[in-house]
Amino acid sequence: MTAAVKQHLIDPAVCIRCNTCEATCPVGAVTHDANNYVVDASKCQFCMDCVSPCPTGSINHFVEVAKPYSLADQYSWTELPPEDASTEAAAGVEAFDEDAAALLADAHKGSGGKVRRPPSASDPRINLFSRRNPAEATVTGNLRLTPEGASSDIRHIILDFGNTSFPVLEGQSIGIVIPGEGANGRPHALRLFSIASPRDGERPNTNNLSLTVKRVAEKKPDGTELRGVASNYVCDLKQGEKVKVVGPFGSTFLMPDDPEADIIMICTGTGSAPFRGFTERRRRSTPNAKGKLHLFFGARSPQELPYFGPLQKVPKTLLDQELVFSRLANKPKEYVQDRMRKRSADLGPLLKRATTHIYVCGLRGMEAGVEASFDEICQAYGLDWPQLRAAMRESGHYHVETY
Amino acid sequence: MNIVNVDYDGLIPNNVGLNSDTRVKAALEKWHLGYINWWHDMGPEGFQQSLVYLRTAVSVDPKGWAKFDYVKMPDYKWGILLAPEVPDRKIPFGAHRGEKVWQEVPGEYRAMLRRLIVIQGDTEPASVEQQRFLGKTAPSLYDLRNLFQVNVEEGRHLWAMVYLLQKYFGAEGREEAEELLQRRSGDADTPRMLGAFNEETPDWLSFFMFTFFTDRDGKMQLEALAQSGFDPLSRTTRFMLTEEAHHMFVGETGVGRVIERTCDEMKKAGIADPGNTEAMRKLGVIDLPTIQRKLNLHFSLTLDLFGNEISTNAANAFHAGIKGRFREDKLEDDHRLENGTYPVLRLVGGKIVKEESPALSALNMRLRDDYVAECAAGIGRWNKIIEKYGIPFELKLPHVAFHRQIGEFSKIKADIDGNVLAEADWKKKKDDFLPSNTDRAYIESLMKPESRPGQFASWIAAPKTGIDNKPGDFEYVKIAE
Repeated sequence: MTAAVKQHLIDPAVCIRCNTCEATCPVGAVTHDANNYVVDASKCQFCMDCVSPCPTGSINHFVEVAKPYSLADQYSWTELPPEDASTEAAAGVEAFDEDAAALLADAHKGSGGKVRRPPSASDPRINLFSRRNPAEATVTGNLRLTPEGASSDIRHIILDFGNTSFPVLEGQSIGIVIPGEGANGRPHALRLFSIASPRDGERPNTNNLSLTVKRVAEKKPDGTELRGVASNYVCDLKQGEKVKVVGPFGSTFLMPDDPEADIIMICTGTGSAPFRGFTERRRRSTPNAKGKLHLFFGARSPQELPYFGPLQKVPKTLLDQELVFSRLANKPKEYVQDRMRKRSADLGPLLKRATTHIYVCGLRGMEAGVEASFDEICQAYGLDWPQLRAAMRESGHYHVETY
Repeated sequence: MNIVNVDYDGLIPNNVGLNSDTRVKAALEKWHLGYINWWHDMGPEGFQQSLVYLRTAVSVDPKGWAKFDYVKMPDYKWGILLAPEVPDRKIPFGAHRGEKVWQEVPGEYRAMLRRLIVIQGDTEPASVEQQRFLGKTAPSLYDLRNLFQVNVEEGRHLWAMVYLLQKYFGAEGREEAEELLQRRSGDADTPRMLGAFNEETPDWLSFFMFTFFTDRDGKMQLEALAQSGFDPLSRTTRFMLTEEAHHMFVGETGVGRVIERTCDEMKKAGIADPGNTEAMRKLGVIDLPTIQRKLNLHFSLTLDLFGNEISTNAANAFHAGIKGRFREDKLEDDHRLENGTYPVLRLVGGKIVKEESPALSALNMRLRDDYVAECAAGIGRWNKIIEKYGIPFELKLPHVAFHRQIGEFSKIKADIDGNVLAEADWKKKKDDFLPSNTDRAYIESLMKPESRPGQFASWIAAPKTGIDNKPGDFEYVKIAE
């Protein structure tokens, strides 16, 4: 098979020839004749500036082709050429950065098949800033969430974008460019971090976002310590420091924009980041929504559970929370899947509802237990979990992001 | 103050540094009260408490300029947003071509500028008033949302013009800003300034035709003002154009979807003759000849908005560097037009003839020609839909002399091909060209609201894609009971 290249196309059957894209494009890649508006594949750099202002959505077509369509090809069209199955279109493209795309594909594979965004989710912007052309953000906060002496160092990091537009949605990720080189003399590999704040910032209408980052520092059997380059760089950031940010990435693990949606959120540790964004978004936009948020959140102990304090202040009407601990003195170990079974009387009916969305986020090790609990609950309620899971995934209602 | 960064803290979101401009800020905050009262009185009737999935402009940077969310319309953030300043921008045309653009109003052109801004500003609330009852008969939640999007953005465009009046025109500007809230579309005593903006928008086909034809005039006027040597006017209209594109979209796809539905039903019912109005009406769709008559009406009403073919006002505004031509920056000539000529259709001895006229006097004509070319291209795309169904029918733009109240041809009656008609002939044929009372009554009979998500009235097809990429059954408006 020929290596495919990505190409940006405009759907001539939807476009109204309003010239907005041509006026917006910073590199002159969009042009037109009397018939069509088209994108010059040799000029387009996928900066996405034209996507948001387009009034029709006709601009939002990214395909993979063996050879890019020429301008003459595009001028002659009355509709887009049919795509063949091997180059399925990019409604589901999570990132144009290949490393970011690979990382997200890996993180989402626990869902068991091709993932789709929730039908009501807002249209995400992706890849606005690339590694060649990153956005600059200023660190305006770096707060340790776990007490000194706890076995993990988890940080709440706030990045402010100043005058740069960096539009994100809850559930998306960003990459941070780590300065320097690895042992192999090449730039450090890209690492992604889930955004922990809602789309309009830490406080409404602030141009910033937050991350929940755990410092990776593990004792190896030989006594040395494994230190994650990226997480240590981020956890050591000082207020006022500048960082280079790429992204945003992710177009499927997004929050439904529907007040009637019930959202079941299952996480461990820093996997809670997107759910902090979800919760805050719901609180700000539709606090009296008919749909409810249900959180199953596991950690070793309250001290090691990020945002334990703030969570105590979230009203139960907004967020039904189950905080589950596996290392409490004098108590048997309990994991999120155990608590899910205890709440089967609530989860069962939720699983029967078409408006329910499920999100699983955290360490990959949690998947099997969570699956087993859903299976058990389904059996008790006359449902077939593998079937239901496939159907929910197909319709954008089931999402896994694990690592 | 960085122009891209929008201040959202105050009552009025803006990127013009309103916080450090206390005089204008106070004036606008006072005006805001009147505006909200006007919106409650004259804005969309019956939906002020509904949650509408609206786009709000939040930045002038294309990467993040718009966000979509459920909003109650009275809570919409009407802001003042100017496109970024182009460094070292020069006046692109007229006697001052090549000089630095004006950041303040040049004294000698003050009256002319004010008038242009007031006329542009007056059209914005007018169309909201014209459309205020349409919500009750929306063919779908999708269309209802699009109507409200158009309405709130027309509201924002009023803000854009009022900012210029308040900021640059002192006490006179304040008075004009007040009067923009006092005039009422169609009112016998205090009508809006331009004819087409006092016409009713009685049904949804009229609304789609209005957004296709009349909002496109708005777009052409904004394009001409975006070239202005008065930089604040250029910057504000440039940003307005990004929003105006959505209105073109609503019109073009709205009419296109009506056509598509009609063709689809014709094909299913095996009706081969597009002239068989009766059979098509039995199917609950709008027959193609009626669509043509609606098109004739709206096109001709809109042409009047371009004013007289030969106009001293237009010449003066161009010469002064205040109002340019459509995409002046893309044109290659001397940009002064002191010597050139331009072909203009005129009425000479009762006949329609083409005459070369001084280019400077013919600017209205020129802008109208650019407008007609755009309309024709859009109609070509509508015809593609009809062609796809293999139906032998073609929509056409009527001749520019047809049904005119202003300009050269207001003195005569002409048919849609530009043949001059005697008064008696016109009366006889009028109903072939323009919607008759029967047409109107039929269209009105179709106007039944459809408020179930994903459902559409019988006479209109579903759109190809959703707004903000939403799926077909998305609940664009949560109607408050």
